Amino acid sequence: MIPSPTDLYQRDRALSDAPLTDAALSDAAPGPSTSPANASPVPMTSRILLPTLVALAALALWAVLSASGLLPPYSFPSPLEVAQGFGLESAQGRLLDNIIASLFRVTVGFTLGAALGVPCGLWLGNSSRARAALLPHINFYRCLSPIAWIGFAITWFDIGDKSAIFLIFMATFFPIALATIAAVSSIPAVYFRVARDYGFRGRELLMQVTLPAILPQLITALRVTAGLAWVVIVAAEMAGAQEGLGFAIMDARNGQSPDLLVVNMIVIGLVGVTIDQLVVRLTLLPGVRWGYER
Amino acid sequence: MNNAHGVAKKSGDGQATGDSATGGSANGGSVSNGSALRLANVSRSFGTLEVFRGLDLEIGHGEFVAIVGPSGCGKTTLLNLLSGYDEPSSGTVTRAGAVRMVYQHDGLFPWLTAAGNIELGLRHIAAAAERKRQLDELLTLIRLENFAAHYPHQLSGGMRQRVEIARALAGDSDILLLDEPFSALDYLTRLRLRGELARLLRERPRTVVFVTHDIEEAAHLADRIVVLSERPARICCELRLDLERPRDLTHPVVVDAVKRILDVMGLRAAPA
Ligand SMILES: Nc1ncnc2c1ncn2[C@@H]1O[C@H](COP(=O)(O)OP(=O)(O)OP(=O)(O)O)[C@@H](O)[C@H]1O
Ligand SMILES: [Mg+2]
Repeated sequence: MIPSPTDLYQRDRALSDAPLTDAALSDAAPGPSTSPANASPVPMTSRILLPTLVALAALALWAVLSASGLLPPYSFPSPLEVAQGFGLESAQGRLLDNIIASLFRVTVGFTLGAALGVPCGLWLGNSSRARAALLPHINFYRCLSPIAWIGFAITWFDIGDKSAIFLIFMATFFPIALATIAAVSSIPAVYFRVARDYGFRGRELLMQVTLPAILPQLITALRVTAGLAWVVIVAAEMAGAQEGLGFAIMDARNGQSPDLLVVNMIVIGLVGVTIDQLVVRLTLLPGVRWGYER
Repeated sequence: MNNAHGVAKKSGDGQATGDSATGGSANGGSVSNGSALRLANVSRSFGTLEVFRGLDLEIGHGEFVAIVGPSGCGKTTLLNLLSGYDEPSSGTVTRAGAVRMVYQHDGLFPWLTAAGNIELGLRHIAAAAERKRQLDELLTLIRLENFAAHYPHQLSGGMRQRVEIARALAGDSDILLLDEPFSALDYLTRLRLRGELARLLRERPRTVVFVTHDIEEAAHLADRIVVLSERPARICCELRLDLERPRDLTHPVVVDAVKRILDVMGLRAAPA
């Protein structure tokens, strides 16, 4: 069995009684951590237990409030009604269909946004002329809420997948490009000197130096942007779709079913958290840990 | 690749005194008299700040030269001129052979492991088996066999420094430029790394230019110590040490050299 670097490191530290071994002379460099960035030192059981307790407390408060009759049921559904609504929505398969529809649009739109935004950011990060010409415009579009495009999106692409994907693309492309530009400009100059010394040029320089140098920052940006995309899809589907979680929210409101409103809100939140957890896994890649452990 | 790289840069009156080497081919400015590096009448200014004025320095093949001098006097600038990264405002710089530099500030790629970083220095070797063999050899040389798969942030400062040196030693560069490679380390680690550098150079001799603030370090390692003055920097003293490496720090030759340099710099306390 080949020992992992962590094992070796710890073994080396553990075995170092002699005063001049590497480990004795080293500052306490952390071994490869398996926890995500910013993981708290709170033990695993509490990490699950504590939030569960909070959720139960909130549920209890909700139940008490709705049982007290202080608020009318049409504006404040009870936990039981919501649970029933959940059963109904999932039994009919509508819930799953809506989740799939929204996820599909977000995935395609976000992938397009990242696949074009990152190269665009790399190009602008490396070319000061192009940056001077385009940066103000990218900033303009980033500040323009993607939802403002909805009128054109529907006229150009009709109601449905295409217009929602377009909106997600507009929501993600600009922030990803900007984050990439910022990350490129913060690469220490010494990396480029070293790269030059060892003969990196052109494409190789881009793929083997610039890209890995910005990867930790890029992953953070992707995480933020993926969250943004999930927020935007709900708004986008409210007006421009016949299915999806945003449509379901609109539908529940029109049908005056506050219980279904809550069902969909809970699902939207949970799926959002799941997406975030998936993207955060990228920070566990061995070649990017340096960006989070320094 | 042992072509003589002759690089001559624009002279003060705008007349080129040689041609700029680009492809690594020998040219009119190449060194013919056996020296590895030569600065001839070199001046370098940054705007109105005159760092060097008419500096001459010649470094022989296989020679270990230590450059000491006050902070900000131009030691890093001197290395940049020697490596060809920077160009003199006037005068000529000539170098015979490929140059590798170890930077004053962390120059390891943090996204590559220790092995990956060292392999940068072996990129020119086409055969994977040969690359692997040389990599293993270098890892053994710096005694980090067990740390090949570690990333720089998982290594101690001294270990990182050794990886940098191994990376610079990898391949067949003839000239090694080191910019205060040990200055960030504690005294014991420094002592140990001096020993390792001396040992590495015995196994693979190179021409070395070693910048340091540490007079003792210079005397411990160098064949010749060049002391620079305040800006505009001149060579205010040169000292040769004729003693095998690795050296004993308390050897009279070393101690005497330290004394003499402290004298020159006016840093020795007069006995009461
Ligand atoms: N690119 C530059 N532009 C302007 N001034 C510079 C530049 N590089 C260096 N200098 C100036 O040249 C002088 C010498 O700098 P250099 O970095 O060579 O000093 P040094 O001897 O290496 O100092 P230290 O021992 O602190 O590393 C300094 O005054 C510095 O401000
Ligand atoms: Mg310096």
